[in-house]
Amino acid sequence: MTDGPAIEVRGLVKRFGDVCALDGVDLTARQGQVLGLLGPNGAGKTTLVRVLATLLKPDAGTAHVLGLDVQHEASTLRERIGLAGQYAAVDENLTGLENLTMVGRLYGASRSSAKARGRELLERFDLVEAAGRPTKTYSGGMRRRLDLAAALVAKPPVLFLDEPTTGLDPRSRLGLWGVIEGLVAEGTTVLLTTQYLDEADRLTDAIAVIDHGRLIAEGTSDQLKDRLGGERLEIRLDDPADLDLAVGALAPMSDEPPTTEARLVRVGVRERRGAIVEAVRRLSEAGVGVDDLTLRRPTLDDVFLALTGHAAEDAREEQEREQERERAA
Amino acid sequence: MRRLVSDTLIIAERNLIRLPRAPELLIGFTLQPIMFVLLFRYVFGGAISTPGYSYVDFLIPGIIVQNTAFGGFATALGLNEDVRKGLIDRFRSLPMSRAAVLGGRTLSDVATNTLSITILLITGVIIGFTFHTSFADAVAGFGLLLLFGYAFSWFLAFLGLLVSSPESVNSVGFIAVFPLTFISSAFVPVASMPSGLRDFAEANPFTYVVDAVRHLWLGAPAGSSVWGAVVWSLAIVAVFAPLAVARYRRAAGQ
Repeated sequence: MTDGPAIEVRGLVKRFGDVCALDGVDLTARQGQVLGLLGPNGAGKTTLVRVLATLLKPDAGTAHVLGLDVQHEASTLRERIGLAGQYAAVDENLTGLENLTMVGRLYGASRSSAKARGRELLERFDLVEAAGRPTKTYSGGMRRRLDLAAALVAKPPVLFLDEPTTGLDPRSRLGLWGVIEGLVAEGTTVLLTTQYLDEADRLTDAIAVIDHGRLIAEGTSDQLKDRLGGERLEIRLDDPADLDLAVGALAPMSDEPPTTEARLVRVGVRERRGAIVEAVRRLSEAGVGVDDLTLRRPTLDDVFLALTGHAAEDAREEQEREQERERAA
Repeated sequence: MRRLVSDTLIIAERNLIRLPRAPELLIGFTLQPIMFVLLFRYVFGGAISTPGYSYVDFLIPGIIVQNTAFGGFATALGLNEDVRKGLIDRFRSLPMSRAAVLGGRTLSDVATNTLSITILLITGVIIGFTFHTSFADAVAGFGLLLLFGYAFSWFLAFLGLLVSSPESVNSVGFIAVFPLTFISSAFVPVASMPSGLRDFAEANPFTYVVDAVRHLWLGAPAGSSVWGAVVWSLAIVAVFAPLAVARYRRAAGQ
């Protein structure tokens, strides 16, 4: 059990009414790995986490965490996982310390050892000063840190983080990233869902891209970017009326048709060397004025757009609908 | 089993710690029932004839039974909030007993009901209520009230997990509780009701409990009221505890 994968999912299916939230997902995470589950809202990320955290029964397929079946060995498994999420599940009328002590006791610890562990975590998450205040007085970032602390009370070897930084301001986000990096350094296996590509880029060892309940790509951030075939040329035109001219001029440089957006033209180029010179030559021959021109590696945003056909941030309402369905089910 | 007991106590303790920190609920347990006692005693009391008893003696058992039904709203509203805020997800991901969150909720209602019954009794005594029976009978009446309040909390636990918002807890809860308590012997003698209502009132569990408490506190004829009240309480737990636990297992936060 200790040598096997930390998370192993085979053919997982979960339906809500006639909507297929998970449509046959296969996924593996090694022990100590940080696996990013990337997808637009409504892709099925949260559903997958809920199945793995024993909150939801799948309709078909199997899921094992640390070799334990999430359905049939759920109560043993619950002692070895931690769950933290975007909704910061802490009791807002209890203080930070009372929240952590309660969770510790529900894991079976005595009152005094639960309290000691609570103090240790408050220290670590920089919440000592707020320890005696009801959490309704906490800022969003503080609540998220407390929520994460609650997930760590029993020192679980596997941690599920469901959109841990959604809705946080940039500073709190950076703070939380630092905390998560610290955990990873200690060897905790983390499954992290996110719709922020920079978050996945920074925190994860491997990324699984999921959309419409299906796994559509898997690999490291670099591997995924390489799949797009190298460099992207981004040109901002002087005059948006020249867009068609520019697209016509640049199309021969690429295997795929250039994409446009306002005054921007984006082209995936086959060859980095000489690409800028050639683009400028082609555009000036076509009589198109250029305001700015950059050559860059694809970002995870480009990967996402290419894989799913829509941008990562596009589908926010879709998740709200998914949640409605989950609650109705 | 040991786990069920200790987890239930941990959750009950949590509910009681947070109670004084959400004062609006505490006001509901204390000031509101006092207001009801005073309104009924002085506004309606003079117009309602209660043969054999002064209205204040007749009223206090009735209004206290109504109040124990409202005590369970702390469970309904609390569970509803826990689902919406994702706390239920946290609890369900812990290696704790599956029934403890509901058990702890309903248990803490027993504590708050003890408090509000005591407050109402003191208010009652101040405005002229007197016990006509032995101390043991009076204590038995108190115990029966707590038993019925506990049972009704399971109904409200189910309700709190069933509906989507605290507003619907309140509106659905009131629609259920007001007719049940008013079409009973709580405020007026059942004999004064038209025949259809009277049939409903005579079968109503609230009538059994109110009559049982009047027997134990005032020495009114018992009839089938005491064992009827106990059977109704056990039946309500037997139906709604499994329904609420089944609902809890499926409850999903945001």
